Amino acid sequence: MTTDASTIDSIDPGQPEHSDTVAIQAFGFWIYLMTDLVLFAAIFATYAVLGQNYVGGPTGKDLFDLPYAFVETMFLLFSSATCGLVMLAMYKGKKGLVLTGLAVTFLLGLGFIAMEINEFHRMILDGNGPERSAFLSAFFTLVGTHGAHVIFGLIWMAVMMGQVAVKGFTTPVQSRLMRLSMFWHFLDIVWIGLFTFVYLMGVM
Amino acid sequence: MEQPQIDGAGAGRGSFKSYGTGFLLSIVLTVIPFALVMSGALPRSAIVFGLLGAAIVQMMVHLHYFLHLDASSAARWNLLALAFTLLIMFIFVGGSIWIMFNLNYRMM
Repeated sequence: MTTDASTIDSIDPGQPEHSDTVAIQAFGFWIYLMTDLVLFAAIFATYAVLGQNYVGGPTGKDLFDLPYAFVETMFLLFSSATCGLVMLAMYKGKKGLVLTGLAVTFLLGLGFIAMEINEFHRMILDGNGPERSAFLSAFFTLVGTHGAHVIFGLIWMAVMMGQVAVKGFTTPVQSRLMRLSMFWHFLDIVWIGLFTFVYLMGVM
Repeated sequence: MEQPQIDGAGAGRGSFKSYGTGFLLSIVLTVIPFALVMSGALPRSAIVFGLLGAAIVQMMVHLHYFLHLDASSAARWNLLALAFTLLIMFIFVGGSIWIMFNLNYRMM
């Protein structure tokens, strides 16, 4: 067992030198995503328990607009696809294409979050805010947590556009882009659960 | 400038074809549940069954085509971590619903 200084230097997470380090970082990020999945499971469980407690207030059938939710879903789906194209462009080393792709993905994500904020705003103005019923508290917590993740994803994406533009495709930048793409696809998977259980089942 | 090559192990590497296939499948699997609910043509239980089926298949499509998860040795630990997380989620969500509905029933 030798743990001399040179071994420790070579696993500095800030400056990965080997593809090994990139793989380890990707796996570490995967573990984070799994813990995030447990977080969402807890909020989904809360929604499952409280989702029928309307206290005479509006139900999902009164509140949810399916065509609106469908457009939101499409925004996120298309952004997932463009995010995949960013990865392909990165592997080919095409900087301009990566920046354009990130910008398109960013705008699609922004469109999604703008629609969600608009929906929340309208509901709160109508007196159907999170304080109205247990159902609405659970709804705002669940959908809001996903929305907060998307906002952080957008901030991350903006930072990565800057890093690609300034630093180019260094190994750390590529590694970060890869993890951003994992995060973005993960949020899309969580949204599948959301639109199925909250919107579609709520309207039935 | 030579671009450093990174190995996508752990996240996998997609191709244009795999992303395209995943995207098309994903669109279809989104349109089906929305169409089922909006048309209301089927009985309620059939719609619920369809929704659950479409959601599970779509999640698997995303995991496979977008996150490149498969049974290969590179993704084995990712798959194991996911399997363990699903177990925890099942106990978490299933347990919560079981206990709370039972409590609700007894308090009536």
